Amino acid sequence: MACFLVGGGEAIIGTAVRAVVKKKEMEQGIVDEHGNQLTDPAESGICWTRKIGWLLNMLWGGVILLCIEHMWHGEVVPFPPFLTAMNDPSEIPVMLHEMATIGVGMALLVTLVWFIAIFVADTAAKAKPVTAAKEA
Amino acid sequence: MTLVITLLAAAIATIAWYAAGPKSTMKIGVLALMYWGAGLMWIVDGIACLAEGEAFIEIADTAAMLDDAILGGVVVVAGLVTWAIYLLIKDPKGTLLNSLRRSAA
Repeated sequence: MACFLVGGGEAIIGTAVRAVVKKKEMEQGIVDEHGNQLTDPAESGICWTRKIGWLLNMLWGGVILLCIEHMWHGEVVPFPPFLTAMNDPSEIPVMLHEMATIGVGMALLVTLVWFIAIFVADTAAKAKPVTAAKEA
Repeated sequence: MTLVITLLAAAIATIAWYAAGPKSTMKIGVLALMYWGAGLMWIVDGIACLAEGEAFIEIADTAAMLDDAILGGVVVVAGLVTWAIYLLIKDPKGTLLNSLRRSAA
């Protein structure tokens, strides 16, 4: 019904957090104004501006594509109240329950996968480069 | 089927990102992450369907499966359109800016 709105809320908060982190890392000379890392990830790790950017790409992508799915099923409309469940008062608790269960579950799974991804990426970036095997 | 098609698109975009290499400015990683995000969200939706006694992926009802497959195609196209808009806004290669500033002289 509106489960994707939970991920949307996290994406909005994450976008604000990324803006603050980017400003801080720009002042420290870690990233440029485009968010490109200026330091060596092999020494200092991958900067948080990039890491949070990955989470935001997953969240915003998920929210946009799930919104399309909800429009396909007639649960989201391009005019007020936007959510068709809002037209029927008996549907509102069902919608809120779905947001609290499925919506929170979606946001948690994306965030969990992101945590694993940044841990693996940071570990791989700091690892010693593998020398190419010599051809026989 | 929407989930399967989205995960397929995510896998293809990831392979394209890998093949393009780290110097690519086409932001293919953004497209891949968008599909992965949506795929993960639909996995949770599928688990919720299982908990309610429904199928994780609908294959018994042909009409519903076809509807889901068409929706999957729409989702892939929507992802590509979103990526195209992202490229035009960010203009990582400077193509848009150079096109607008191009003069005959």
